[in-house]
Amino acid sequence: MSIFWTLWITIITLIVIIGCAVLLRAVSKNNTGVEEGQPMPHTFDGIQELNNPVPKWWMGLFWFTIVIALIYSLAFPAYTANWNGLLGWTSSDQSITSLQESKESAKTSHSQYQREMNAAEQKYGAVFKQLAYDENGVYKDLTLVAKDSDAIKVGQRLFLQNCSQCHGSDARGSTGFPNLTDNDWLYGGDPDTIKLTLMNGRQGAMPAWADILGEQGIKEVASYALQLSGRRVDLIEAKAGKERFVVCSACHGADGKGMHAVGAPNLTDTVWLYGGSRKAVEATLRNGRNGVMPAWKDVLGEDKIHLISAYVYSLSQ
Amino acid sequence: MKHEFIEKNVGLLAILIIIAISLGGLVEITPLLFQKETNTPVDDLRPYTALEMEGRDIYIREGCSVCHSQMIRPFRAETERYGHYSVAGEGVWEHPFLWGSKRTGPDLARVGQRYSDAWHKIHLLNPRDVVPQSNMPGFPWLAENRLTGEDTARKLDIFKNNFGVPYTDEDIAGAKAAVEGKTEMQALIAYLQSLGHALR
Repeated sequence: MSIFWTLWITIITLIVIIGCAVLLRAVSKNNTGVEEGQPMPHTFDGIQELNNPVPKWWMGLFWFTIVIALIYSLAFPAYTANWNGLLGWTSSDQSITSLQESKESAKTSHSQYQREMNAAEQKYGAVFKQLAYDENGVYKDLTLVAKDSDAIKVGQRLFLQNCSQCHGSDARGSTGFPNLTDNDWLYGGDPDTIKLTLMNGRQGAMPAWADILGEQGIKEVASYALQLSGRRVDLIEAKAGKERFVVCSACHGADGKGMHAVGAPNLTDTVWLYGGSRKAVEATLRNGRNGVMPAWKDVLGEDKIHLISAYVYSLSQ
Repeated sequence: MKHEFIEKNVGLLAILIIIAISLGGLVEITPLLFQKETNTPVDDLRPYTALEMEGRDIYIREGCSVCHSQMIRPFRAETERYGHYSVAGEGVWEHPFLWGSKRTGPDLARVGQRYSDAWHKIHLLNPRDVVPQSNMPGFPWLAENRLTGEDTARKLDIFKNNFGVPYTDEDIAGAKAAVEGKTEMQALIAYLQSLGHALR
């Protein structure tokens, strides 16, 4: 903050405070020419006013506020952003211009916010460390964490706060948002893969086939897909659909059992992310689907994700 | 000046009151208009795209800021839930700012990329489909109304010339084509997904 603005603030503030004091002194004198307790020389609608001064304690309060204002403005950063006042208090670092700078500043900052964060880290950091790390300071195996009831409790709490908006508070998902309690996984259900999904997110990519297959083709492939999961369909359509399925097999596999590497679902089971009705399957084929799992590593940090991963893993065990 | 004189001349009294109360503003507001912290954009700040700009106007039109703030205060209770606290440098290209002052719903300052586009669509059509206890109203008309893009270039132009937001001539020339025919839902979701991008 430049000298000009520091002077600007200081001078106006002092003028106001001193002005208040001058005004207070001026009005506490009796300059009406009427003795105390006597009627003033005017009446309003027949009502008289007596010249009574403001009580002493009341005037005292006004003086008190002026003194407090001076003390307060010296104790806290009142006059310039370059000086934190006698108490050295700041709320937070507002001058940061990137997350990186924020992290750097956090190491040395004594702002109220940073002190609150440090106190919390001392209190809860140890809890996370104990739940997520082994004695050598590396992450515990997730299958072990999943058996630790305390860790699962923390993981569930974090899940409810951050994941339930899409996957539901019972983790059973809904149309378009996977059920995490069954044993059907788009990207793989081993603990480390679950953690990877949480950390980096996932981007599903089922293309739209309307232009390539045409309405008849969509119908045929839908019939074949439904047949794969054991439904009764028009056999002629399904046979034609099977021939067209060659392009689909690039992701879903020749046998339709899907592929974890690209998140292509298994079509031979009865789990349908976007609905298993003929209408829903045809809509999927026609318009494609682009399911997105957001990345959480920057939002939650790896420690918390480790515990959530263990919780999610435990749901299907 | 006699006390009585001021009290009996209302016009003069009004002028003196205005002078007295503007002293606070002179000290607390004016310096902020000229400070580095409040005028320098943070490193990764980018201007809204044409579609996001239209979405922002829909956000304003539908009164989202009546229930949703966009200002994360520097308290742990807030940063744990919403992410890094907001800084002034993130808002230098906001005209008007949408910080809000009431949280019936959650803060949205960093809601971008936290949910998928598909989730936002379901949620805007009927919030209870994904959050059963939500009391947010549904906004089904957003999926039906389409943008014409008539005013989009003009909006970008105003932001560029009046507020110094660094839009290029190509941005402005391509603004109409970028939004024409898109639904209001797409625009609003694009805006929501951009929120908080600079410090996330």
